[in-house]
Amino acid sequence: MDDYLKKIILTGNPNSGKSAIFSRLTSVDVISSNYPGTTIELMKGNLKVRNDKYIIIDTPGIYSFSSSSKAEEIANKTMDEGDIIINILDSTNLERNLNLTLQVIKKRKPMILVLNIWDETKHKGIVIDYKKLEEILNIPVIPTCAITGQGIKELVERVKEARISNFDYKENEKWEKIGEIINQVQKIYPKHHLFSEIINELTFNHFTGLPVAFFILLFSFIIIRFTGEGLINYVLDPIFNKFYMPFLIKINNSDIPLLIKHILIGKNIEPMESFGVLSTGLYIPFVVVLPYIISFYIVLSFLEDSGYLPRLSVLLDNFLHKLGIHGYSSIPILLGIGCKVPGFLSIRILESEREKIITALLILISAPCMPQTAMIITLGMHYGLKVVLMIFFLLLLISIITAYFLNKLLKGESQELFIEIPPYRIPDINILAKKLWMRLRNFIFEAIPLIIFGIFLINIMDITGLLNYLSKTFGKFFTVITGLPEEMASVMLLGFLRKDVSISMLAPFNLTAKQFIIASIFLVMYLPCVASFFTLNRELGIKSTTKLFSLIFILSLIVAMLLNFLIKL
Amino acid sequence: MTLIELKKGETGKVIEIAGGSNLHNKLDTMGIRKGVLVKKVNDIRLSGPVIIMIGNTNVAIGRGMARKIIVERIERNG
Repeated sequence: MDDYLKKIILTGNPNSGKSAIFSRLTSVDVISSNYPGTTIELMKGNLKVRNDKYIIIDTPGIYSFSSSSKAEEIANKTMDEGDIIINILDSTNLERNLNLTLQVIKKRKPMILVLNIWDETKHKGIVIDYKKLEEILNIPVIPTCAITGQGIKELVERVKEARISNFDYKENEKWEKIGEIINQVQKIYPKHHLFSEIINELTFNHFTGLPVAFFILLFSFIIIRFTGEGLINYVLDPIFNKFYMPFLIKINNSDIPLLIKHILIGKNIEPMESFGVLSTGLYIPFVVVLPYIISFYIVLSFLEDSGYLPRLSVLLDNFLHKLGIHGYSSIPILLGIGCKVPGFLSIRILESEREKIITALLILISAPCMPQTAMIITLGMHYGLKVVLMIFFLLLLISIITAYFLNKLLKGESQELFIEIPPYRIPDINILAKKLWMRLRNFIFEAIPLIIFGIFLINIMDITGLLNYLSKTFGKFFTVITGLPEEMASVMLLGFLRKDVSISMLAPFNLTAKQFIIASIFLVMYLPCVASFFTLNRELGIKSTTKLFSLIFILSLIVAMLLNFLIKL
Repeated sequence: MTLIELKKGETGKVIEIAGGSNLHNKLDTMGIRKGVLVKKVNDIRLSGPVIIMIGNTNVAIGRGMARKIIVERIERNG
């Protein structure tokens, strides 16, 4: 069979750099970070070495085959289907990484060992005789540094040398054997790095850890806000007005039919209020939302690659246990501040169903996603900073109270934290840039068309009278409960498509500060957007997903009602 | 003594893991098993996790789990 492509499986401990190697080998872009559990799905790519073609599959990192997490199941099964296994090891943790290697050897498949993160061994005073390791295990051993690309060429050249190891051992002697290997191939000359030790201590000790975390998060939000605002006020809004506005004015003054003009640029050209496909439809995604997406992901990527997130999760463990989840749930929640979809995808790193449900709840309502945040800040600043901060504070408070009770309701116990804390690393600027671009690309090609479509749909609903009909039918009920204008009932429906669009529709209503707070909180909570609904459905199943969303919907009505009675402004 | 009682900066030898095979397997994945040396790096007091160094790796362990890891103190402030 000529067209049969050999499958190469990448396997290794979490955070050993499989994804970075995968990117290097295939030139398929994947997200890599400095914390265990970045890769949650199998990634496929192609590799061509002269005339030989291979399929390369990147798997989630695992420590062993023994435990029962879903990631381990997937990785194990995928390995059985592979023709060649490339086992990637973190050179700075050789002993622990060899544990998996010895288990992989028992699969009796042709394999290659990659000693990644090789550059760091020098800093840590670790000397590894990889030639000797090659001799002992009788398989090719190649040192690499995926970030710089060192060793990748050799790896590609030697893929065809992959062979079945003849190394053998009894299960109960596994660690002894590893010890013997280590004694023969590795020498450590301990080195101290005062600077990184001080940073580690400062961010990770039980006195200073939380205050430092508070400042890091506060500082992150300030950077996000100012970079976002700066891009809007000094770059994108001026560009829009100077270069694009004349085009809109031209359309406005032309004699194309009124109906089409209405759809294209709305009733007036005002970018935030006209709801034309070419005016608001482009202004919202490119001028208002994009800057916040850029600034958020710059900050998030930096935190991800530095290695701070696992430390933060340890510090938050205490508090999150009161909500029935352990510290590691903070990572999906942080991802959810950008967009709910990657947040939901990463709940896979959690073990139990109840943890996933509680974490999903917190992802959904503890904070809006970045496009909604951008809209809330942009519209809300007319009412003052206090109003904006109040919205975020109330959402966080509501989510914590709800999670607290949900924890009491759900059966089972909360799991204990058990994670590896990677060392601090200085993020590589090229990797940061690449990651930022991948995330922006997702937004530009997946979210922006939906936003424009949403605006188009509003126009159609307006023209056909559907908008009016909905307001009349549900409006009364809605007004009584929330104190919001009747016409807003129609705004709610579109939230299912894109939530930033539904919040942008608040602009023409001239709401009071109180109404704006209630409307924003209600729109953030009441329903998920279509993309996050389907993602969560895939992760949790239809039953739990429907239950969770019903609960949140009822909660959002109660919250709106309570706020309507309680807030006095 | 357990990992909880080991003081920050001290090194201990694991002499027993007081749990079933599930716990044994889980800890084994990170190389925590009878006979190995672990150094306590940090302790998030109250009910937070304990952070130990084993080999070159820092591992955060939930308090309940840490309580089941029985160690023998090897040296002070090593």
